[in-house]
Amino acid sequence: MSDGTTRRLDLKGITKAFPGVLANDDVSFSVAPGEIHALLGENGAGKSTLVKMIYGIMQPDAGEIRFDGELVHVASPKAARAMGVGMVFQHFSLFEPMTVLENIALGLDEAISYADLEARIREVLETYQLSLDPHRTVATLSVGERQRIEIVRALLLEPRLLIMDEPTSVLTPQEVAQLFDTLRALAARGCSILYISHKLHEIVELCHSATILRGGRVVAECDPRAESSRSMAEMMIGGALKEIEKAADRSFGVERFIVGGLSLEADDAFGTSLKDISFSVRAGEIFGVAGVAGNGQNELMLALSGERPVESAGAINIDGNPVGTLNAEKRRRFGLCAVPEERNGHGAVPGFSLSDNAILTARTRKNMVRLGVIDAGVAESYTNEVIGGFAVKTTGAKAPASSLSGGNLQKFIMGREIMQAPDVLVVSQPTWGVDAGAAAAIHQELVDLAARGSAIVVISQDLDELMAISDTMAVMNEGKLSRTLAVGEASVDEIGLLMGGVHGDPDATADYAGATHAA
Amino acid sequence: MNEAILIAILVTVVGAATPILLAGLGELVVEKAGVLNLGVEGMMLVGAVTGFAVTTMTGATFIGIVAAGLAGAGASMIFGFLTLTLTANQVATGLALTIFGVGLSSLIGAGFVGQTVTVLGPLFPPALAEHEHLRILFGYDPVVYFSFAMTLVVAWFLRRTRAGLILRAVGENDASAHSIGYSVIGVRYMAVAFGGAMAGIGGCYYSLFLTPMWAERLTAGRGWIALALVVFAAWKPMRLLAGAYLFGVVMTLELHAKAAGFEYVPPEFLAAMPYLATIVVLALISLRKSVGAQAPACLGKPFKPST
Amino acid sequence: MRLELVKRKQPSRAMLYLTPVFSVLLTMVVGATIFSLLGYDGPGAVWNIFFVPALDPNKWQDLGIKAAPLILIAIGLSVGFRANVWNIGAEGQYVIGGLAGTGVALATWQMEGWWILPLMCLAGVAGGMLYAAIPAFLKTKLNVNEILTSLMLTYVSVQLLYYLMRGPWKDPEGFNFPQSRMFTDSQMLPEIGNTFVHYGVPIAFLVALLAWFILSKTVFGFEIRVVGAAPNAARYGGFNRTRTIWTSLLAAGGLAGFAGILEAAGPYGQMVPQFPTGYGFTAIIVAFLGRLHPVGIMLAAIILAISYVGGEIAQSSIGLPNAASGLFQAMMLFFLLATDILVNYRVRFSGVRSGGAA
Repeated sequence: MSDGTTRRLDLKGITKAFPGVLANDDVSFSVAPGEIHALLGENGAGKSTLVKMIYGIMQPDAGEIRFDGELVHVASPKAARAMGVGMVFQHFSLFEPMTVLENIALGLDEAISYADLEARIREVLETYQLSLDPHRTVATLSVGERQRIEIVRALLLEPRLLIMDEPTSVLTPQEVAQLFDTLRALAARGCSILYISHKLHEIVELCHSATILRGGRVVAECDPRAESSRSMAEMMIGGALKEIEKAADRSFGVERFIVGGLSLEADDAFGTSLKDISFSVRAGEIFGVAGVAGNGQNELMLALSGERPVESAGAINIDGNPVGTLNAEKRRRFGLCAVPEERNGHGAVPGFSLSDNAILTARTRKNMVRLGVIDAGVAESYTNEVIGGFAVKTTGAKAPASSLSGGNLQKFIMGREIMQAPDVLVVSQPTWGVDAGAAAAIHQELVDLAARGSAIVVISQDLDELMAISDTMAVMNEGKLSRTLAVGEASVDEIGLLMGGVHGDPDATADYAGATHAA
Repeated sequence: MNEAILIAILVTVVGAATPILLAGLGELVVEKAGVLNLGVEGMMLVGAVTGFAVTTMTGATFIGIVAAGLAGAGASMIFGFLTLTLTANQVATGLALTIFGVGLSSLIGAGFVGQTVTVLGPLFPPALAEHEHLRILFGYDPVVYFSFAMTLVVAWFLRRTRAGLILRAVGENDASAHSIGYSVIGVRYMAVAFGGAMAGIGGCYYSLFLTPMWAERLTAGRGWIALALVVFAAWKPMRLLAGAYLFGVVMTLELHAKAAGFEYVPPEFLAAMPYLATIVVLALISLRKSVGAQAPACLGKPFKPST
Repeated sequence: MRLELVKRKQPSRAMLYLTPVFSVLLTMVVGATIFSLLGYDGPGAVWNIFFVPALDPNKWQDLGIKAAPLILIAIGLSVGFRANVWNIGAEGQYVIGGLAGTGVALATWQMEGWWILPLMCLAGVAGGMLYAAIPAFLKTKLNVNEILTSLMLTYVSVQLLYYLMRGPWKDPEGFNFPQSRMFTDSQMLPEIGNTFVHYGVPIAFLVALLAWFILSKTVFGFEIRVVGAAPNAARYGGFNRTRTIWTSLLAAGGLAGFAGILEAAGPYGQMVPQFPTGYGFTAIIVAFLGRLHPVGIMLAAIILAISYVGGEIAQSSIGLPNAASGLFQAMMLFFLLATDILVNYRVRFSGVRSGGAA
């Protein structure tokens, strides 16, 4: 069957169009048995669409897929699994109230008794030295453990090709290292891995070859081990990387935003309570909050923005005014603006026009309301200012927010808040799902706002982003905030350990800590 | 009170509980699949009139019951097509189905007003069914035992079978179930049809066993009580059984209050009791903090797979 | 060839306005077919139900009288539906409003004065609001589903009506019929000129215009829309969902109660056990068919009023059963919900898809 030159996966001329977009345009590349192959590209480059076709979730409009030399038509994910393709999604396909065992059973196509299944799961866990309790309910597991369910589910089928879609975006650095060990062990047994990411240093570290997509087309193929992160990034965005311009001699003023002893009960069973959080941000300072998703960042964001007022007014202070008990609208009067993580349905209402979305948060600071009646003219002219000032690509103030691309909508939301000249700005995941060009523009705007004397809090899971733009940072873990570190002093390993190391496995964390210190 | 009175009371309680148990079991499965069908009342009425019409025409109650189930399932397919295929709002469509069911059943039933059918007797032989004491257990019609059997079947299906696991998965996380490769819409169609059939059978229990005749709106809001029962039962079949019988007691208070000598309580107050009790029960169970977490996560949300 | 639904880049405004028209037309076509199949005169049914009342000027006053309560109730419901608050118990709030106003009428039956009628109206509004406050309280304090509670309360309100009619409020001079005293002249809504249209009709249209201004121009209207469209965004914008639930339920209850007392003090002139005729449920159809927009609601209420009046005509002229107009009304809602998908999707006819592999 395999003569050593047969490619495990071979794509030729794959093309897929959606209304208005050519998501994949004549994409061809191949993966050898046992190879870890990176599929690299920005958001919207067409990576997800491509792997969805390999995994049978979608069908290509044109082109052919060969698996182990055979021309195949992958009609469904079930057909893909039968062929020997496994996939671990970026957004896990898990069912929170069910057990690990039930979740894995759902991922299998044949019915097998729970006893047999459990035995096979334990075997896989043993082989790859993973830890996971089959009887735990998913809702109680950390993100890293949830990913392990997906991996085990894929491995049970003994795949010959494993697709990993952005697997590290939710992991601590220690968990990433552990994942890489698993993947290398898997590749050594002859399984090919298609590794999708935009994190270049990981690809340099892990992958044997890489295909780079831009705008739906293959723009380059390379050996990551012979490239630098920077050179691959430039292939990915198709131009030179823009550096953030940050004054070297910047200095900080008085403490404008002071949080002291902030505690808040989670409002649902799956949330994280905030425990005694304290920090302060000075004029001109960008304060970063790092951490793995689900450690209380959402609750912190809600508490800071005023979406969930707290009981103690003094827990949050803006320029000396206690605002803890005030709602988001009243805090805006004191100068605090915010940008939540989720754009659709939180930062903006998708079905509303941009003008109505401006009314949502700028009505008070921009005087859009008189005696309870909205002045649509004022709202529209402010909307146009934001569109112009932040280079938002849209047909105008009346266009619905849903008609904007993710990056453009994020620029609009950031612009809407920044152009209100806030004294304090709290933002969560400012560049999540945004292309590199928009991300660079957003980062520069944040730095510039700080330079004008505002105090800024940036909550992000992207450690690279925080390292690039913040002046000081702290790490959230299980609802608590670490001490404040000055960026530049802190090492990635140290921050990783503050993030909780290897979640759900204290031994591994200790081992890892010991190992790094010994090294 | 002597045993004869107790048994008489028990018979009325069983009669009141059986239809809401059947309809509730159907809706429980529908909701477990992530669909909220508020048209239970309408489907029950369609089942009630169809069951009655077919029974009077064929003379066979069994055929009438089957027809009622089919009619309920058929009515539910209107809901299914609108909400599942066309992704219409489930709340509005369910309401429309109820309004539709009221109108359709009145229209069909207009020709059957005043007629009557022979009520099917107990399932078990007279030696058991009419035994002085054993009739407590064996003295009921086949539909009553069917409702018990279905409670066990639904509980077993959801807990123990792979199909039940898939159905629950679809209700908990439709996007994930879809990405694994299950047909979310297909599973939901089957659940909705099952819910319709059960509501139809529950509905015909009024026209074929309890009254037994056809009258406009004869279900009198029991379909809505069945919906409330599902919430009360926290989406668990065995608790639904208990809830149905609890409501059976409340619904028959009007009958028993007189027997027990409570003449001074206005009959209208007793007639309002089941509805008031529903509100009180819903309020009480929501005092438990966890009740929200027990609802299927995708309940009532439309699902449109991207192609 | 196969039908395919393709998502539009943005919702079609044209379809938003056209689909209600489609649904009425589809109802006529499908309704005529169904009734023909059932052995009735199908086209005659549609003609009588939809066209005769609209074309006969003698029926226009009747249309206004039937449309008025539908407009008032549907306006109130539309506020809640916009905010995703599903009050389906307007029928009960309507009954309680009628009863509250009747209570004032019975307490003042030997008095005279201009103040009696406004007081009855106030009582009607307050009664409806109080009754809607029950689901609002349960929803905001205990997170109890308002759909079930508001509907259960409707059944309770009807029992309360029966109790009052058979017991305490029975007309002592009414030959033991279960109904209240006739209202006096000070308690009845006057009629306009020499018509039999009471003043409640123009009031209902004025309320709709006022609602249009509030919902489209004020922060309150904006708040209602945001809470319904995106609760998280509403909280982020500084709006309070609890307050929105309260205001939308109170508005709906108040308007339904107002409709109730206008009906009692208008066409009925007393309180009777037959008072609940389903306006509260039909108004749900009116609200949707009118696209939750006050102007649309006025038009939809007239269409539904036509179907009511037409149903009565068809009953006497071609022997159509009473249930027919209800069936037509439900079909309108079905077709509206079905064609709704055209707002966000367009239909494309496509050839057989080309597969990836030969």
